[in-house]
Amino acid sequence: MPVALIFEQLLNGLQYGVMLFLMAAGLTLVLGIMNMVNLAHGSLYMLGAYFAVAATQWTGSYAAGVLAGFAGALLVGMLVEVIALRALYERDHLDQVLATFGLILFFNELVSMVWGRGSLYASIPKWLQGHVQLFGGSTYPVYRLAVLAVGLAVALVLWYVVQRTRVGMLVRAGASNRAMVAALGVNIRLLYTFVFGFGAALAGLAGLMAGPIYAVQPGMGDLILIQVLVVIVIGGIGSIRGALVGAVIVGVVDTLGRAFLKPLLATMISAPAAEAAGPALASMLIYLLMAAVLALKPAGLFQGR
Amino acid sequence: MNRASLFWIAAAIVLALLPPVASALAQPFYIDLVRRVMILAIAATSLNLILGYGGMVSFGHAAYLGIGAYAVGILAFYGVTNGWAQWAVAIGASALVAAAIGAISLRTSGLYFIMITLAFTQMLYYLGLSLDAFGGDDGMRLKARSRFPALDLADPVQSYYVALVLMLLAVFLVHRIVNSRFGMALRAAKSNDARTRALGISPYPYRLVAFVIAGALCGLAGALYANHANYIAPSYMSWIQSGDLMFMVILGGMASRAGPVLGAFALLLVEEVLKGWTEHWQAILGPLLVLSVIFFRRGLAGIFYKPDA
Repeated sequence: MPVALIFEQLLNGLQYGVMLFLMAAGLTLVLGIMNMVNLAHGSLYMLGAYFAVAATQWTGSYAAGVLAGFAGALLVGMLVEVIALRALYERDHLDQVLATFGLILFFNELVSMVWGRGSLYASIPKWLQGHVQLFGGSTYPVYRLAVLAVGLAVALVLWYVVQRTRVGMLVRAGASNRAMVAALGVNIRLLYTFVFGFGAALAGLAGLMAGPIYAVQPGMGDLILIQVLVVIVIGGIGSIRGALVGAVIVGVVDTLGRAFLKPLLATMISAPAAEAAGPALASMLIYLLMAAVLALKPAGLFQGR
Repeated sequence: MNRASLFWIAAAIVLALLPPVASALAQPFYIDLVRRVMILAIAATSLNLILGYGGMVSFGHAAYLGIGAYAVGILAFYGVTNGWAQWAVAIGASALVAAAIGAISLRTSGLYFIMITLAFTQMLYYLGLSLDAFGGDDGMRLKARSRFPALDLADPVQSYYVALVLMLLAVFLVHRIVNSRFGMALRAAKSNDARTRALGISPYPYRLVAFVIAGALCGLAGALYANHANYIAPSYMSWIQSGDLMFMVILGGMASRAGPVLGAFALLLVEEVLKGWTEHWQAILGPLLVLSVIFFRRGLAGIFYKPDA
């Protein structure tokens, strides 16, 4: 197998991994601090993508699209938190799962009412089009490299905010003991809304960057949501470091599995059997990985709560 | 006679009278609709055993609906149409898969359990998508319906009564299980794990057996569902279907005998009404579900009597 091809798929996997991380970071913070499962996080990803496409088409400016996707997801996220999710913080995970499942149905249908059931085309600005040379004569799209860079930059900023700022300190304190932080005079409600909005904005960012790579269509958030849940569970609930490691593992394993599992199987079993088993096994791979991790470490790699 | 048995007798009579009334009014659609509701009520009843009484929040119960359906479809594909054989395989295969999934998943708890059951069902869903010989993502028509002596499942009314009888039996079975010594231990483990251990009962085997029974019962529902729809498709195993089953249990009332049945009727009939109004019915159903979770905590069964456990 050519090394350049493997390298290219590895980059794809990393790029998908950072996208998963953008989703997972917000979700795991909400889980860790508020002990709240928010399945509608995938809907915010979808809304980010749609807002960006709509704003870009309307104004003709990519920057406006980015702003709309980011700010739109932030606003919707905060709105949803205030209207619906606040009532659920004290409930068990079952109620949270069900209520946010209802929100998914709503948002998927809302999007198809406004923009139709078909998929939309998301454009890439001129300066991000084109390819760069990799070694061995192969090329790689600039856009995907940009996504990778943005994801890594966000991870760095997130690390700085959480570890080095006052807000980050409150976030960490809230994760370990909510009641104590509230007793010390911190407005924990406000902190919740802030964290939630921040997570929503990151999901919107992931969605608007995913637009040009994958299809912008109703329900686009569902599949990535389930994969993000896998990421969080593998990494350990509430751990940002776990989310990063989990996201990279899942992104790379999923991408490499889809690319190389079929040819790899073909060298071991008959070609028609590999043709049938390869794609099935590739889409099951990350779930197998998660089951294996949980069977060995029931609270994830980084021992979440 | 207590209120619960009165409720069930009344419900059985009303449901038994539905086919002749619907036929007389030339509305066969309602026979199909209620049959579907009753089959999914069996699935919800099986989920209630582990979710309501056992406290195991399985977000992947649709897996067994799919396994039961695929068992019937695949056997029919290879010419095995004997109903007893098909349904036995459907139930047995579901039980086996539930044993494997349960054995691993029950090592975890809480949120991790929710996620790992979801993950396993996603695996089976993708397996179904890739089974090109059996229709892949489009699904496949049954070659023939399950064959039983003196019974024709292709006849809507006959299969309606089969579904009705099996639904009542499923409710009765789960009722007997949760009131047996085994069920007591299961419910004890739900309400206080540590105290149950202190009493000398290890919860794990009880939970696992309950998980397997629930899977097997849901496999039966899947076999019925394949016969009802005359079709099998991976969407039976989708996470939306798992969520729907959970909603039926919650909406009806967890850990109550009538809950899952009431929930199945409520959810699917509301769906049907909304579908009649608009093609964007999910935009209405979604908020309704959110509201019902936030405000309607005891479920429909809570209106009639206090849920036990």
